Amino acid sequence: MEPSDHLFRRESGRMIATLTRIFGVHNLALAEDVVQDAFCRALEVWKFRGVPENPAAWLMTTAKNRALDVLRRERTAHTFAPELGRLLESEWTLAPTIEEQFEEHAIKDDQLRMMFSCCHPRLRENAQVALMLNILCGFTVDEIAGAFVSSHAAIEKRITRAKKVLAQSKRLFDVADEAQFSTRVSSVERALYLLFNEGYHGASAETAVRTELCQEAMRLAAILLDSPLGKTPGTYALAALMCLNAARLPARIDASGNLRTFLDQDRSQWDQQLVNEGLQLLDLSARGSQLTSYHVEAAIAAVHARAKCVEDTDWEAIVSLYDVLMTTQPSPIVALNRAIAVAQSEGPQRGLEEINAIAGKERLASYPFYSAALGELEFRRGRQDAAREHFQTALLHARNPMERHFLERRIDACEGIEDLSTIFPV
Amino acid sequence: MSEFVFLYRGGEAGRSPERMQQMMQKWVAWFKELTEKGHVKNQGHPLERAGKLVKGKEKTIIDGPFVEAKDLVGGYSLIEASDLDQAVQLSKGCPIFENDGAVEVRPVMKLNL
Repeated sequence: MEPSDHLFRRESGRMIATLTRIFGVHNLALAEDVVQDAFCRALEVWKFRGVPENPAAWLMTTAKNRALDVLRRERTAHTFAPELGRLLESEWTLAPTIEEQFEEHAIKDDQLRMMFSCCHPRLRENAQVALMLNILCGFTVDEIAGAFVSSHAAIEKRITRAKKVLAQSKRLFDVADEAQFSTRVSSVERALYLLFNEGYHGASAETAVRTELCQEAMRLAAILLDSPLGKTPGTYALAALMCLNAARLPARIDASGNLRTFLDQDRSQWDQQLVNEGLQLLDLSARGSQLTSYHVEAAIAAVHARAKCVEDTDWEAIVSLYDVLMTTQPSPIVALNRAIAVAQSEGPQRGLEEINAIAGKERLASYPFYSAALGELEFRRGRQDAAREHFQTALLHARNPMERHFLERRIDACEGIEDLSTIFPV
Repeated sequence: MSEFVFLYRGGEAGRSPERMQQMMQKWVAWFKELTEKGHVKNQGHPLERAGKLVKGKEKTIIDGPFVEAKDLVGGYSLIEASDLDQAVQLSKGCPIFENDGAVEVRPVMKLNL
């Protein structure tokens, strides 16, 4: 049979999470080695015999057998999961205990447990995200460095340090403890949000890579939503936001490989199924008193999703939602997006005033779509020279060839070479 | 038609699960193509890395692996081709080269010449 896309990557996360529970969090590296070994076997055997009927089960069984070998060989020299303690010590109880640990109901929560463990309060947010990608999503250091447009050394250092913190935490997070769960769930949501944004707004030129980051964030969010304590209004809103934004991914690159900004997209290419799913999740998120910034962002995305075309958009509603966001999550980026919405409803002059009034706008200086937005608004009020200068500044900060090409076309437009109607930050 | 043994040497896929899956799928596709063209006499087997080497009059037993990873035989197949040149051509489609591995192409000795 044909294995599903990214089967190895996803099973990797599931298997490491389960083995870490059995070996103990201090033996994370051992769990990773056992999983690596199972993949090597799968690669060798499957390439000759083809992929078995149930590849995921094959992999898990291989890992289980290897885990038994390791426990038999090293149980005197090592201590394993404190929870399983002496059950692993005697041959009489070892095999049945391990068998039990690999049963479907036992491994069900493993990814959730690992997700919460990765969001350890001693870790910075970017370390939490990198750790989740590495352990739960099966991304190697090189793949993460590629996705984040960062150096191998920097990511390796971040992950090594994070794993040390995780190993020292002694125990995996207890996802059944209601009090602890509700304390940490917001960090988990935040890490998933950042992971999604890395895919959605990130710097990588590889559309495929960015889409995968978004998909991984959505997969992990679904695991969180699937758990009894994870069904919070915040998680529903986060999942809604992801669906509604991800729905637009297919329209971001047009048939000739050019970047299409939000206002310029062919909306028939939006994924209607994801839109519907997002709107349903948004409804579910309203059952409760909690209002998070995810609710507001999802509501903004929903206004866009409901508009048949740019002209149909209720820009005033969007401006007031951004006003709410500015009180809960003020940031120059939010302010920039708000200013663009103001420009849509009240004209380019008003938009420029709003951009110039952004507190801390110097922090946006190296963000290519800041200068691009200024350029666009100048362009719209007929000041081609000023527009060109802004686009040239933006070009200096372009993060990949696609952005570069996009901005070059805008510069051409300023010179009347190419006429494109609109651009805007994505 | 003559028979040839392909010995696959080295060519480890690294630690990325994604890359390992891609390699696996390329191998499956390659074998499928060879099979459809009628070149596969026996697809053969992968080999464990560990093993023993029994050597000399003394029958000394040495623990494997016996060579560096890059030279280690990881599997073999029995291939049918018109001559050595064609067998070599067939081997060139093997995904092992992407990981710097090698295919050793060895004609099976014929019994009646």
